[in-house]
Amino acid sequence: MRDASPARTYALHIGVIALLFALNFILPDYHQSLFARIMALAVFAMGYNLLFGYVGLLSLGHAMFFSAGLYGAGLTVYHLGWGVPEAFVAGIACGALLALVIGLLALRTSGVAFMIVTMMFAQVFYLLILYFAAWTGGDQGLVIQQASRVVSIGAASFDLTDPTVRYVAALALFSVVLLITLAVVRSRFGRVLVAIRENEERTRMLGYDTVANKLAAVVASGAICAASGAAYALLFGYVGSNFASIQYSILPLLWVLLGGAATTLGPLVGTLFMYYVTDITSGFTSAYLLIVGVALILLVLFAPKGIMGSIRERWLGWLP
Amino acid sequence: MADKNGFFDLSKTTLSRRTALKGIAAGAGLALAPGFVRYSQAQSSAPIRIGFQSHRTGIGAAYGRWYEKTSAAAVKAINDAGGIGGRKVELVIEDDGTDPARGAEVVNKFAKQHKTDIVFGTLFSHVVIGSAPAAGENKIPYFVVSEGHHVASTKLNRYVFQPGITDVKSQIQSMAPWIAANAGKKVTQIFPDFAFGYDHRDYLPPALKAQGGEVIAQIAIPPTESSFTKYFPQIPAETEVIYHVMVGPAVLTFVKELGEFYGSQRPQLFGFIDSLEAVDINSPGLEFLDGSHFWEGSPRYAQPDDSAAQKAYRAAVGIDDNGAAVGDAKDVSTAAHMFGCWETLYVVKKAMEDAGYKGPEDRAKLVEATEALKEFAEGPEHPQGPKTFNGKIHQCFGIQNISKVEGGKLKVVHKTKIEDGLYEPEGDYTTQAL
Repeated sequence: MRDASPARTYALHIGVIALLFALNFILPDYHQSLFARIMALAVFAMGYNLLFGYVGLLSLGHAMFFSAGLYGAGLTVYHLGWGVPEAFVAGIACGALLALVIGLLALRTSGVAFMIVTMMFAQVFYLLILYFAAWTGGDQGLVIQQASRVVSIGAASFDLTDPTVRYVAALALFSVVLLITLAVVRSRFGRVLVAIRENEERTRMLGYDTVANKLAAVVASGAICAASGAAYALLFGYVGSNFASIQYSILPLLWVLLGGAATTLGPLVGTLFMYYVTDITSGFTSAYLLIVGVALILLVLFAPKGIMGSIRERWLGWLP
Repeated sequence: MADKNGFFDLSKTTLSRRTALKGIAAGAGLALAPGFVRYSQAQSSAPIRIGFQSHRTGIGAAYGRWYEKTSAAAVKAINDAGGIGGRKVELVIEDDGTDPARGAEVVNKFAKQHKTDIVFGTLFSHVVIGSAPAAGENKIPYFVVSEGHHVASTKLNRYVFQPGITDVKSQIQSMAPWIAANAGKKVTQIFPDFAFGYDHRDYLPPALKAQGGEVIAQIAIPPTESSFTKYFPQIPAETEVIYHVMVGPAVLTFVKELGEFYGSQRPQLFGFIDSLEAVDINSPGLEFLDGSHFWEGSPRYAQPDDSAAQKAYRAAVGIDDNGAAVGDAKDVSTAAHMFGCWETLYVVKKAMEDAGYKGPEDRAKLVEATEALKEFAEGPEHPQGPKTFNGKIHQCFGIQNISKVEGGKLKVVHKTKIEDGLYEPEGDYTTQAL
């Protein structure tokens, strides 16, 4: 928050978006498809970062918000035959509503208790998906057919199964969320969130309603994660309960820690790093998770603030 | 913590920019060279590359290891006999971590980076379902060995096939006549409370009813459960047969506690060997299974009436008479399922040769040639038994084995007929565009 020149900050972020757009034309086919997936999941990490990085609330249950979006979009297409735009909005609405309810309950706790409460709610959500297997497909999941993944706008139609359309769609979502995140963290609301993270008692003493601000952050975080889940269902055509498992609550935490908590670009960098380490090392050994683990330990030892956090600390103090 | 030791400080290295650029250029040249050489070869002599989506890690690892062994043996046998259409076959293996999201990436990687001709070998249903959209979008034929009903349900897409192993709906339906005639007519089902269990929950009652039997209770056990005794009082006293399909590590506890609950006065037990694949039937705690019956796709133990093809298959894969790895009696195979890899690869060979397959541009022809297949005769290519294939639902149908646990071994006591497992198709993939 030491940036006196917003033009430099916005130029950097727009530059990253432009670079990602250019990569669409440069990347080999496989990496183009992998980048689309990474950008969609980086949105999940950005949603997580808003709560963890800026408010300091460590949730272990964000898989439920991602999967609320995933199922909110997927089931409305699968069972109700909704179009892509309506399903996408339904997914975000499901995540935001769930986040509101969970926030009202979980924010009565803090610290370790908040972690446990969010984890338990996520486990309930996961088991509900299995329980209602007749509608959700249970642990096997459901396929959203290619024909249902076409967006018609006027006379034009966009097939989300086309690699370029999918890449651009993922990039559009990523860009919107990145710019929203940037605007939020630079706003008065964002500064209050950081103040809560640094000293909640003092923030309250200064007259801010910390509970209302934290609740707003939970809802915003849940809605962004749900947008990622909804996009994932519509772009990649699969809705499954493994996305609601504890693994998908821990993954965004790792991505954010790796990339740099409380940095706007950290979630993208962390997701990108984890995906490529896994992708490359799995070609050499079945013990690739060990290598991922070693990489994480090295980062904690030598760059505890994550990649972007360390860059900000050492060289670019103005990074948001 | 600061970077005190300069671990990340590249300026301390002696590598000059010019040296680095030379190195990068040389490395890039080397990396590109093999692909260039391959491209310059005539396509007709290049090997057929089969992308093997393997469960090397995750919950399916025990299956994945044996699927790899069986597939490697089949590829060797095919290559020794001249390959496919005169071209050698090469397996390109990627680990999917038994995870559907990673599975979809692996299918993408095969199609776009490795540029394999087909993708093959997936077992776990959620990985198949998660990967199927990627196969359809890349228009790459995807031959699974999963036994799930997902392919035959026609809910996937035209590029997904299961020609080497029967599906669970067919298997369950085939069991009903034998259960009703030999074990008992009043059946209580105990199954895990997730999709694998639901197949048994949904398909057994109508099949049993058609045979004059009845499912009198269904007990679903939550996947997180680690102790089962509290569920056993729900088993009705008049139960004649307990039909169990517990899976995973909990199965040993399940059997032990069931034994403690009933003692020597127990109903008949019938189970699916899926519970005990890669597990020694003589493991401590499994004594209670003595005298009970199991479904087996292909028998784990060598049988006195094994065909020459079955014997040759077992020798090629490297399993002994007890179904364990030759030279390691503790390394028990997944014999009931892994034959499907062997048979699927021979179906691929037949379909590719029928299609006059030359390369990825002929993938649509390969799909149509596979759909045109009707039956596979028992023999070296299909050692488990004869099969028919329904090209509309991309699913094969075959015989099933019912084995009795006797003296610490599984002895086949009944083989079903292909007709026992047939059912009305639920759709038609051939109406979908290629």
